[in-house]
Amino acid sequence: MAGFTLYDKLWAQHVVKMRDDGTALIYIDRQLLHEVTSPQAFEGLRLAGRKPWRLDANLATPDHNVPTTLKEREAGIEGIQDPVSRIQVRTLDENCDEFGIQEFKMNDNRQGIVHVVGPEQGATLPGMTVVCGDSHTATHGAFAALAHGIGTSEVEHVMATQCLIQRKMKNLLIKVDGELGDAITGKDVVLHVIGVIGTAGGNGYAMEFGGSAIRSMSMEGRMTMCNMAIEAGARVGMVAFDGITAEYVKGRPFSPKADQWDAAMAAWSDLVSDEDAQFDKVVEIAAEDILPQVTWGTSPEMVTTIDGFVPKPEEAKDEVQKEAIERALSYMGLEGGQAITDIQLDRVFIGSCTNSRIEDLRAAAAVAKGNKVADTLMQALVVPGSGLVKEQAESEGLHTIFTDAGFEWREPGCSMCLAMNADKLGSGEHCASTSNRNFEGRQGYGGRTHLVSPAMAAAAAIAGHFVDVRDFEINSANQGAK
Amino acid sequence: MKPFTVYQGVVAPMDRANIDTDMIIPKQFLKSIKRSGFGPNLFDELRYLDEGQPDSDNSGRPLNPDFVLNQPRFRQSSVLLARENFGCGSSREHAPWALEDFGFRCVIAPSFADIFFNNCFKNALLPIVLDEKIVDELFKEVASNESYELTINLEAQKIVKPSGEEIAFEVDAFRKHCLLNGLDDIGLTLQDSADIKNYESSRAKQAPWLFS
Ligand code: SF4
Repeated sequence: MAGFTLYDKLWAQHVVKMRDDGTALIYIDRQLLHEVTSPQAFEGLRLAGRKPWRLDANLATPDHNVPTTLKEREAGIEGIQDPVSRIQVRTLDENCDEFGIQEFKMNDNRQGIVHVVGPEQGATLPGMTVVCGDSHTATHGAFAALAHGIGTSEVEHVMATQCLIQRKMKNLLIKVDGELGDAITGKDVVLHVIGVIGTAGGNGYAMEFGGSAIRSMSMEGRMTMCNMAIEAGARVGMVAFDGITAEYVKGRPFSPKADQWDAAMAAWSDLVSDEDAQFDKVVEIAAEDILPQVTWGTSPEMVTTIDGFVPKPEEAKDEVQKEAIERALSYMGLEGGQAITDIQLDRVFIGSCTNSRIEDLRAAAAVAKGNKVADTLMQALVVPGSGLVKEQAESEGLHTIFTDAGFEWREPGCSMCLAMNADKLGSGEHCASTSNRNFEGRQGYGGRTHLVSPAMAAAAAIAGHFVDVRDFEINSANQGAK
Repeated sequence: MKPFTVYQGVVAPMDRANIDTDMIIPKQFLKSIKRSGFGPNLFDELRYLDEGQPDSDNSGRPLNPDFVLNQPRFRQSSVLLARENFGCGSSREHAPWALEDFGFRCVIAPSFADIFFNNCFKNALLPIVLDEKIVDELFKEVASNESYELTINLEAQKIVKPSGEEIAFEVDAFRKHCLLNGLDDIGLTLQDSADIKNYESSRAKQAPWLFS
């Protein structure tokens, strides 16, 4: 008999019961909550007179709406300028207090983007099922956990029953073998993968990232990759457990304590796909082929390399794609055939659950150090993913590198990733962003997003347009401006 | 949830692939703590020529005359026809809430994003996957027939065209049962409370760190 995939194992460990129609009741170990997708779920519980099944399985923090300037944060919730955001953040506090759910409130130093906070606290552990009313919950799969986004009705369902009704997905392996080139990060790898398989390529699959390039990647890089599995259509992204996972998890507040650590390690060591596991689909990618990536369009699959060009509609494979290219070019204000390095930028955003962890900030700071943000830029923002990431960065002096270079250094939150707070693009503005979605209007009405890695974003901020960060490092003495 | 049995409605064609949930309901409307009232802002950026704000009146806003739902013949439509990967992007259930609040009961496309697909069933909205060729044909028929309507018979799992021609479709048995009867899944799951408790106690022995 063939062996099991990591997903098969995680699934089997969480089946409470199989139902007659082939669906299963799956147990959920951890639910993360934030202010946007939870209010209607709490309201549903209240209306039905239900209580959460297991309080300690839930952890909440506000992130999408919180302001990121110190000035607006200082006065607490009452200081939030936007009245609708203020109500939403306050409602989360009230709901968590009423039901007794642990929450890291807005000005707690543990507050941050849920997908940064969960792993950082050890609230995401190998072997867990993790859900959150947010599609980027796939991030947590980097810990050999089964993690995915759910809608608000399911948030309520998990709160009330600790379970979800699920149908097993198919298995997809993305195998990246070889050594990644200089300055090539998890972000470039995952954008490359999306470029290869398309934004619907992973629909219906649980996607495991494997191969030697992934094995040698840090937890931050793996989280970045799993985070964007959803942009390739897969609800679930996963990486097998190994020493790098254990090293990251050890000693965090919610991690197993000393007396349980060895037993946990023994259980976790099996969280890998067996040698002879059968995947429904395997995509092989050579690490050496991956160059720094930049998206040019309005879907993450509209991506090319830094030395590439914006495509021409006539290069499309069919009519539907041709129209999509035409529509994207018109929205983005670009022309087919234009060099990526010719795209002039108005703003730069370094942050989001994709790239706001300490390693991301270090990579950006290494490029920014001693340089200046181009004066053609209106704004370059650095928004750490959590209060603890912010503290760590400040203890390393990264904040002064950024502010000396002309970047703004902000308080933690989702910020310009989706522009639900005051940080947004103006209509027609081009932004180099380390976030995960370049959809129309995502970062502000009429805004034009280009997805890149943190180092590429920092280099672009200094040059005022996209540049190859690999040349840039060599040229940084002469400011990189050409 | 209201039961879904047989439904007849005007079909609105949105001829594009990868219609994402940001497009279906832009983020500023996610600030609401309610579940209803999203209909006027469905497809806000495509439907209006200015930028919409939550909690404000939409009646005086300039409409985009080219947008399908603004054309008189599609204003009352309740079946949406689209291309592949409909509903990709964020997990926001506000997307099916907005479609439902506008009056849609059914979305037909060659493929859907998983989370959106799942969310539809919780909100009496039926997503139907049809072969790309059939979808293509439907687009052509809608374009050439004023007030083109389809009848969706969930019980019989078939769509009936104005010509009387029928198209069969697949639907998960459990989801069909819930939709037909307007059932709330939480109540159903709670009937399995004893199984959930059994699972918890055996799991707590194997992996006690998950329960401390
Ligand atoms: S950072 Fe962006 S993608 Fe991540 S949870 Fe926040 S809004 Fe969503």
